[in-house]
Amino acid sequence: MIPSLPRSPWLRAAPWVYATAFFAFLFLPLVVVAVFAFNNAPYPAPPWRGFTLDWFIGSRQRTGLFGDAALLHSLWTSTLVAGWVTALSVAVGTVNAFLIERVDFRGKTTLSLLMLAPLVIPGVILGISILAFASRIAQFADDTFGWELDFLRPGLPLVVLGQFSYIVAIATLTISARLKRFDITLEEAAYNLGATRTAVLRTITLPYLRPAMIGAAVISFLMSFENFNTTLMLVGSDAPLTVLMYGRMREGASPVLNAVSLFLMVASAALALLLVRRGPRD
Amino acid sequence: MPADAHRSRLLVALLLAPALLWLVGLIVLPHIELGVLSLRARVAPQVHEPSLAQYRTFFEEPLYWHTFVRTAVMSVLATACTLLLAFPIAWTIAKLARGRARSLLFVLCLIPFWVSETVRTLGWMILLRESGVVPALLVSLGLSAQPPELLYHDATLLVGLVYTSLLFMVVPLIGALDSLDDSLIEAAYDLGGSGLDILRRIIIPHAAPGITAGCIVVFMLTLGNYLTPTLLGGKNSQWFTEQIYTQFITRFNWEQGAAFGFLLLVLSTVIVWAGLKLAGQRFGDVMRRT
Repeated sequence: MIPSLPRSPWLRAAPWVYATAFFAFLFLPLVVVAVFAFNNAPYPAPPWRGFTLDWFIGSRQRTGLFGDAALLHSLWTSTLVAGWVTALSVAVGTVNAFLIERVDFRGKTTLSLLMLAPLVIPGVILGISILAFASRIAQFADDTFGWELDFLRPGLPLVVLGQFSYIVAIATLTISARLKRFDITLEEAAYNLGATRTAVLRTITLPYLRPAMIGAAVISFLMSFENFNTTLMLVGSDAPLTVLMYGRMREGASPVLNAVSLFLMVASAALALLLVRRGPRD
Repeated sequence: MPADAHRSRLLVALLLAPALLWLVGLIVLPHIELGVLSLRARVAPQVHEPSLAQYRTFFEEPLYWHTFVRTAVMSVLATACTLLLAFPIAWTIAKLARGRARSLLFVLCLIPFWVSETVRTLGWMILLRESGVVPALLVSLGLSAQPPELLYHDATLLVGLVYTSLLFMVVPLIGALDSLDDSLIEAAYDLGGSGLDILRRIIIPHAAPGITAGCIVVFMLTLGNYLTPTLLGGKNSQWFTEQIYTQFITRFNWEQGAAFGFLLLVLSTVIVWAGLKLAGQRFGDVMRRT
């Protein structure tokens, strides 16, 4: 219970014992992945055979992370997809925030509920439904006009759309939560002082929304980078990192996967730190 | 002023356009397409006719509906386990930890989930597979003569699913518990309530929105998970999303895959709806908390 109630010493210690066990459970898989990235053996498995950097820089018999062209390419593919998804989600999420918080129209309640729907639709289903719909359009365009709409066939544009379809819902929630708390008198004061709409938006409202937009961008980027379910259904020949890793994990693991995982951990920790350092989170 | 009214209508239309493009183009129409696909059968190449054959196959083939029921039951089980594991830690962070310790614990909770699920699953595979860390440890401790294969069991699958979901339970729980006034607990204690009474009559009712939100998100994520069941459960996992993938991508039987997808969607909607009714919550309020 809470500290102000009398408790036996055992009960006082119990939560901290539990917390220790909980965090050990939470970090165990990550620690194991990191440690075996440095094991001098062809498989990421015990026993420990000494320290090596082969799985990063490579050696005569081994391909390291920096020499693995397919892996590096998929890392680039993931970054590209995540960049597009982030830009689209933050832009549309911001417009949606204004739509929800600032204007009134018929059917607004229904629309704002519908905006939450993508969050409770399983990712696999988002993937297959977009796949089916896109190929229907592509088929239609081919049959009627003889157009080849290649971007509607499985591939990166569809992956971007599939991920965007639910990540934008999260961006909308994040940004509209901040816009809701905006003090409207600030804008009114600016209008009274003769500012134009664009000037108010640029100098008052958008700067106020900035932290939420940055937060939404970081979350969007990470969610896109990590996404597997939706991506798997829409992917063409260019596999993003998660799909490539999945394929290799089924074939049998090589410590190169540990190396790239450790790289991801460091990168996302750096991103997290950057976000925390920028100021208190909302 | 008509000119002004005209302008504000234009503004609404402009703001509405991206949202409508997104919701109609990527959510509503694709799901209608999925429904239409599931309700037809291929009678000849390029020729289809309306039919319930896909749904009939689902009910007539035991493998399919066994997998379906199994996925639902395991998902409910995983959600319950996640709630039980996450509640004490959320309590510790929201009520017991103070100041820096509190934010540190919170960030520690978040960190593993900044890393992709693929990486976390790789960790579990290295830990649990026959040549992995835990079997080797069991052998060296003399608890087992042969290294046991710990992957591909239901329990392993459950551990993996719970692990993946923890964050999505902890965060809404912390939010809900944080707003609970300590003096309510103190009052209940002073009036002679036991620990269990306080939990049942004060804490759980107050945290109900957070619990519901966490459970809905975790259930939905578990039901739709593909990575953890295929990698940790292997062929034994019999997860319904695998059936969808097989029909859609491997066999290219889109009609059957669409029917399976629709069934999964109905299942998740029904259970989420039942959960909301049970907790007396509304969907919009709950989702905004997560």
